[in-house]
Amino acid sequence: MARVLLFGPLRDLAGWREREFAVASLAELRASLCADDPALGAALAGVGVQVALDQAIVRGEAALTAASEVAFLPPMSGG
Amino acid sequence: MIRLQEQPFEPGALLADFCRGRAEVGAVATFTGLARAEAGQTAILELEAYPGFTESEIGKIADQARQRFGLADLLVVHRTGRIAPGEPIVFVATASRHRREAFEACDFLMDYLKSRAPFWKKEHGPAGERWIEPTPRDQADVARWDT
Repeated sequence: MARVLLFGPLRDLAGWREREFAVASLAELRASLCADDPALGAALAGVGVQVALDQAIVRGEAALTAASEVAFLPPMSGG
Repeated sequence: MIRLQEQPFEPGALLADFCRGRAEVGAVATFTGLARAEAGQTAILELEAYPGFTESEIGKIADQARQRFGLADLLVVHRTGRIAPGEPIVFVATASRHRREAFEACDFLMDYLKSRAPFWKKEHGPAGERWIEPTPRDQADVARWDT
């Protein structure tokens, strides 16, 4: 089980902010999210969406454990 | 110091605190960002952060600013949650021996905060709600420091 967090427009698109998924890798997680909600799956693969694993940005594939926290971060805007 | 908070803040009070007790600092520069009403289009601005991650990412850029500009100190206060037009959203203060470094570091930190810090900003108005992304101008501003 990995804990998945969505931020900004991704959260509105999905209709949830936080969920647990029984997956062992980021690729499995993306496949599972895509199967549940194809529009969300496409948005997560969109330009400018970054992934943080346990609060550090990761690029490409990564293994997940029960304690993993995965956050999908759309383009950022502060100030 | 980096601080996120839902409560409104008073920029003057932050500046007075930041200036207190400094003998070797000749320059303090500050920037205060206010929420705009956009001619009635924005009734409320909603700022979302990723608690823990947002502070640590801003902390990394603050370390860069300290090194690059030789700062004596800096302060970033950023609001999250719902913010009304006219209220301060962000406050940045930088302290250095001489003014140039303080001005430039303040500019550098704000350019970063506008387009690369982990915040997501939504505008609520009479026409509904809308997520705001950095403008091409914001992107060009932050790219000035990538040399």
